[in-house]
Amino acid sequence: MSDIEVTIDGKTVHGKPGQTILQVAEAHGIHIPTLCHHPRLPVSGACRVCVVDVGRPDRLEAACSTPIQDGMTITTNSPRVRRSRRMTVALLLARAPVDAAPPEPPPPNAVRDLARDLGLDLDRLPFPPAGPRKPVDASSPVIVHDPNKCILCGRCISACNEVQNHRVLNLQHRGSRTVVIAGLGQLLLDSGCVSCGECVQLCPTGALTEKLPPEKERWWDRDPVTTTCPYCGVGCTLDLYVADGTIVNVRGNEAGVENRGSLCVKGRFGYDYVTSPDRLRTPLRRRGDHFEAIGWDDALQLAADKFMELKRTYGPDALAGLASAKCTNEENYLFQKLVRTCFGTNNVDHCARLCHAPTVVGLGHAFGSGAMTNSIHELLDADVILVTGSNTTENHPIIAMYMLQAVHTHSAQLLVADPRKIRLVDHAALWLNHRSGTDVALFNGLMHVILEDHAFDHAFIAARCENFDAFAASVKPYTPDVVAAITGVPAETIREAARLYASADKAAIVFSMGITQHTTGTDNVLALANLALLTGNVGRASTGVNPLRGHNNVQGACDVGALPDVYPGYQRVTDDGVRKRFEDAWGVALSPHVGLTETEIVDAASTGQIKGLYIMGENPLMSSPNLNHVKAALQRLDFLVVQDIFLSETAQVADLVLPGVSFAEKNGTFTNTARRIQRVRQAIPPLGASRPDWQILCHLAERMGYSMTYPTADAVMDEIARVTPIYGGVSYDRLEGAGLQWPCPDHHHPGTPYLHKDRFSRGKAVFTPVAYTPPAELPDAEYPYLLSTGRLLQHFHTGTLTRRVAALRTLVPECLVELNAQDMTDLKLADGDLVQVSSRRGALVAKVKQSEASPPGLVFIPFHFHEAPANCLTNDALDAQSKIPEFKVAAVRIEKLPVEAGDT
Amino acid sequence: MHLMDNCCDQCTHSAATPCPDYLLCRTTGPLCHESDACKEHIAAAITRVTYGDGDLRITVGMSTCGLAAGAQAVYDAVHALIQERGLPAKLVPVGCMGCCYAEVLLEIQRQGYPAAIYDHVDAQRVPPIVDAYLCGDVSGAFALRSKTGQLTGEAEVPLLSELEFFQGQVRDAIENCGVIDPTSIEEYLIHGGYQALTHVFQDLTPDAVIAEVAAAKLRGRGGAGFPTGLKWQLCRQAPADHKYVICNADEGDPGAFMNRLTAEGDPHKVLEGLIIAAYAIGASKGYIFVRAEKPLMAQRFQAAVAAARRYGLLGDAILASAFHLDVDVVLSAGAFVCGEETGMMAAIEGKRAMPRPRPPFPATQGLWHRPTTINNVETLAHVPRILAHGAAAFTRVGTPRSAGTKVYCLTGKIARTGAVEVPLGTTLRRVLFELGGGILAGKAFKAVQTGGPSGGCLPSQFLDLPLDYETLQAAGSIMGSGGIVVLDETTCIVDLARYFLTFTTAESCGKCTPCRDGLEQMLALLTRITEGEGRAGDLEQLQLLSETICDASLCALGRTAPNPVLTTLTHFRAEYEAHIHEKRCPAHVCAALVQGYHVVAARCIACGRCLPACPVAAIALRERPALPGDTGVRTAVIDAETCIKCGHCARICPVAAIEREW
Repeated sequence: MSDIEVTIDGKTVHGKPGQTILQVAEAHGIHIPTLCHHPRLPVSGACRVCVVDVGRPDRLEAACSTPIQDGMTITTNSPRVRRSRRMTVALLLARAPVDAAPPEPPPPNAVRDLARDLGLDLDRLPFPPAGPRKPVDASSPVIVHDPNKCILCGRCISACNEVQNHRVLNLQHRGSRTVVIAGLGQLLLDSGCVSCGECVQLCPTGALTEKLPPEKERWWDRDPVTTTCPYCGVGCTLDLYVADGTIVNVRGNEAGVENRGSLCVKGRFGYDYVTSPDRLRTPLRRRGDHFEAIGWDDALQLAADKFMELKRTYGPDALAGLASAKCTNEENYLFQKLVRTCFGTNNVDHCARLCHAPTVVGLGHAFGSGAMTNSIHELLDADVILVTGSNTTENHPIIAMYMLQAVHTHSAQLLVADPRKIRLVDHAALWLNHRSGTDVALFNGLMHVILEDHAFDHAFIAARCENFDAFAASVKPYTPDVVAAITGVPAETIREAARLYASADKAAIVFSMGITQHTTGTDNVLALANLALLTGNVGRASTGVNPLRGHNNVQGACDVGALPDVYPGYQRVTDDGVRKRFEDAWGVALSPHVGLTETEIVDAASTGQIKGLYIMGENPLMSSPNLNHVKAALQRLDFLVVQDIFLSETAQVADLVLPGVSFAEKNGTFTNTARRIQRVRQAIPPLGASRPDWQILCHLAERMGYSMTYPTADAVMDEIARVTPIYGGVSYDRLEGAGLQWPCPDHHHPGTPYLHKDRFSRGKAVFTPVAYTPPAELPDAEYPYLLSTGRLLQHFHTGTLTRRVAALRTLVPECLVELNAQDMTDLKLADGDLVQVSSRRGALVAKVKQSEASPPGLVFIPFHFHEAPANCLTNDALDAQSKIPEFKVAAVRIEKLPVEAGDT
Repeated sequence: MHLMDNCCDQCTHSAATPCPDYLLCRTTGPLCHESDACKEHIAAAITRVTYGDGDLRITVGMSTCGLAAGAQAVYDAVHALIQERGLPAKLVPVGCMGCCYAEVLLEIQRQGYPAAIYDHVDAQRVPPIVDAYLCGDVSGAFALRSKTGQLTGEAEVPLLSELEFFQGQVRDAIENCGVIDPTSIEEYLIHGGYQALTHVFQDLTPDAVIAEVAAAKLRGRGGAGFPTGLKWQLCRQAPADHKYVICNADEGDPGAFMNRLTAEGDPHKVLEGLIIAAYAIGASKGYIFVRAEKPLMAQRFQAAVAAARRYGLLGDAILASAFHLDVDVVLSAGAFVCGEETGMMAAIEGKRAMPRPRPPFPATQGLWHRPTTINNVETLAHVPRILAHGAAAFTRVGTPRSAGTKVYCLTGKIARTGAVEVPLGTTLRRVLFELGGGILAGKAFKAVQTGGPSGGCLPSQFLDLPLDYETLQAAGSIMGSGGIVVLDETTCIVDLARYFLTFTTAESCGKCTPCRDGLEQMLALLTRITEGEGRAGDLEQLQLLSETICDASLCALGRTAPNPVLTTLTHFRAEYEAHIHEKRCPAHVCAALVQGYHVVAARCIACGRCLPACPVAAIALRERPALPGDTGVRTAVIDAETCIKCGHCARICPVAAIEREW
């Protein structure tokens, strides 16, 4: 019997070895008060209010940190224990006095609650408040630090250092002078704080709180609505606190399966946009160069009539639709269904084309499935994590959090391959700073060394892979010296990295746009797949090839068929049997031809081949490469309908604008980057006359003569489950709690944490020889700098949402062109100088900022800012296999402008 | 031939290729081949270590205490003299032999003659002392190590062992201090150094080492008295890929300096103990964690580690065994809490030194989550003797539960400040009044504070207490590291408690509530009492706070911090009550309780200096009746109404005519 028997307050109970007194007491319904303890944090034992008597005359023991021992007799509430707790709380109240008459209901403060439980009279405390009031730090736009409420429990410090690993908060001084400081005792705003708010969430006394306007206070009075974050693909679970149709506060849901309570700055503080005055509240119809508000009947009728007329005149393939990675699965399903049934074409795509199309093609080819192979949390147990082409701390902050926990708490080794010195490099065992666009050469070089060392997994390759010999021959020429010459990474570093990766029992590869957004995007992905196969790092926990998806539901939009070549569940439109099943399910004849991709739709619009376009929740006039070309194409359309929550750059050129709603106003599901389908729950009613997007789609289909009636969103999911084998077991009641990871073929299947366990989706995995080819455009005398684009932590995608959030706007108000110190000197530039950056396709004007992240010769521009749209510069050269444009490499010229030029 | 050079072609071992007998060969003669010539070579080499190329050895006490007393000037003077006269002398900086009160100590010995030790030496005295000794006259010396009748004046000079300070001392941990050159591994070797290590590697399994240490009943000399053998056993049993051993040299108690003295005088003995400990538990890495404020100790350790590495006593395959160890010297971050073992490990890991809850104990989860043994400097210094001479030799002195000797540091109002090493169980009275020479300046004994700020204050009724771990604890104090601060009648007990609380409040790491905030409240109460603002109920509040801090603090520093208050409340309650209820400081220390100042007219010379010095113009010169035999007719007078009792007048009065009223 491995149980340990102890007596708590006279009651004999059992616990497991290693359990603490607190855990055992809680399990048996015995309450012991705590302040510094939090289940997510390492044991601290600092506050000492959980002391209990274990029969030692010389001392009490902290229940939170003391493991049970056989035969232990524990008293949790004796006079001695109570006296100690009362004294401890009285001491804390001298340090951090509480308002004896707080507003009702009072703001959360665990010390005040505890004082009340212990019967302390707040008006007659034994110790006077200590010292003068300390200044409150309200410098941050999102967090207020009031040291006068701080009891030094250390939870914020643990949150900052051990959970998020930002290492900003710390203790300064000793003894009673001890204070929590940010940075070197700076204001939060100047301290390097990334505003994740983990400290706020874990502070028990309100010393660290969200900075809320007066009308949003008293959020604690409300019951939260639990839902899924609308930003990146991590899929954090949120608690929305709502009052009067407005989100008044957001906290991470402590039970949230992907985030476990943690959030990033956007996920916690980025919600002003939901009720922004800019929100579209009524349909708009173009009248010349302006819009006029119209009713829903007129709007829907206009859209239906116009699309049907174009279909009759030019045929179904003159119509196309762009679905949305921000909308729910249900909406994307209905959208592609509408395009395929009402429009009668497979011309449906969405922005996944611009991010992970090579992943879908590459991993689909190598393994048989294009999704993230493993689960997010498995990173914690990896021995080596190879991160490449992913600026994870900025783009997927919560996944970066697990990487840093893996490194700092679980002794994982981080291997970063990135041309830029991204933040992760600070935590990496090794940094491969290869030249942009030389990824295939680099990974072939690593594999060359692994083959040379015979450090590959013979058994795995023999049993589960095909085409090894041809592949092995293909990497022969990629000796470390050859690769060093191509990539700029020293040969010895290449060897070291190869050995580090190959030495791991569990090695995980994580990648993102830095791999995919190249003319060699698919080859890049295939090279990574080869690397994982070579070392047997697929099909086991904490290994795999893991693409990080950029949008909250880009995975789901793909899953439910918002792609031109497949129906929901990646079933090919060209497969007669499949098509027959969908024709039966949907009751109409379907096109047997593969439709156009997003980039092809734009090109077809520019040549007049596409006449009518329906865009739901997407902003190609910011997100597509070579924007001038896109704009011309959209303007050539006969009829453009844009359904959005804002009058985006794209909506501004539409003929008809339909007001959809934000994530907070509708029900549905998102599928995160790790294939986890999670609920989205309505928290507030739709603004004005706006309607949930799935309802708009149903109404529009009706007007086009096709019946799409669903009482609620879950009925749509039921239909998705019926026609989509990988979603076969999904229903809303099963999504309560942790959601489900597909494949989940039936109602008894528990979901799939990692893919390819005993068998690859395609049977055996296949090695694919890939050869290095340079990017389509490289710097030359005329355009001497290499441009790379990407995101910033504080903003999202085209800025449509985050630039309407006051706090995020304060944190990062404008586009800054990032240049290396050497280049700044060469160009005689100083921080804040205005420059014009131009490529063969366009030009923008913005301020410059020196950044050590950029190597010499590389300029980085975030693409969130419509005033300086980075994508007017990017190259629309495509990867032949996946049709993704080469966002990550373009040649540009930089010219200093006189300051006046920007003052317009 | 140098000591560690090969004696002949037959001799093949060296630091690079040692045989197990390497050290014995060098010091006690060749064992692997018989050769009288080689024996002579080695004997000559040993002599050269002691006397250099001449026949004279002069040592200067250059420990921190000696340096503070001016040893550097003495050393320089000796050096200059040797140069000037071309003396055939080896000049050696040594550590402190414990009698800090007598520093600067200078010792001279000519080969074949008794050594003479001189106390309170300054640079001027150097030439006459050396001249006299060279002429065979030792008159006026402090002590002699032996007497042969060869030197003039021997009869009047006591033997070192006859000095009261040394009587009853049994030296082990500090036996070489003040004798050998702490920077010379050769001197340690010829004094039997590293022979225990040789024996351990040749003859003992790790378990046998642990059994011997357990049989010796060696207990942790850092304060808690945990059985060392058991500590090693627990760590040995814990499964792990790596284990660590740490020497805790973060000596931080006010009044405790035995670790510094040991390490400054004989660092290799500690290192030898550390290597044996590492062998016993199976550690591959050792750390010596030294308080940064004791730089000479750190320097001595660093030099010792470097020398040991050079001689193959650290590194791979030590003495041809399969054992591997390396040792780093780490400087502490300068906080008292760095001496707490979990705080210390955090500091070595590069974090802020803050204690964490135990269990898990370091023996199973210590440095970098691996099994770790932490031993105090003095504990390790006892280890070589136990292994070299056996447990029985060690347990010959001491008490049944606490065997061996303990070094105590005597400071405060005592005639002979310094360090003494006596068997455990020696009474406080013997240590203070016989070895320590009693109270300074003939004042009356009041109390001793043992165990530093975490210890307790014991009054005269405890003078016959045999000092060991249990008796001190029973008396409400602790052994601690062995610091004994002696207090006489001029010490105010409330002020003393306040002093220790000032220390512990400032040194509290700030992590746990009772220690961080509770000590501050205690200090506020004590300060108030010494300032004459004490109120009824203060003592009860002090008692209550003390109990919570002892009960609930996270680490031992917090749990013991109220001890000075608790023991003085027990033994000197009346003195607290006098402060609170009578607004009186019986020891005449607490300035705020001064009643006022008056001028002793008979002494006043009416110089008038006090008039402008008074910040509130409370002093004037007045006519006074003439006194027999004096010339003055005026005196200063103080207006009690105006006086703010700052005491400035009394301090500047050139004839001490202004007195405090209590």
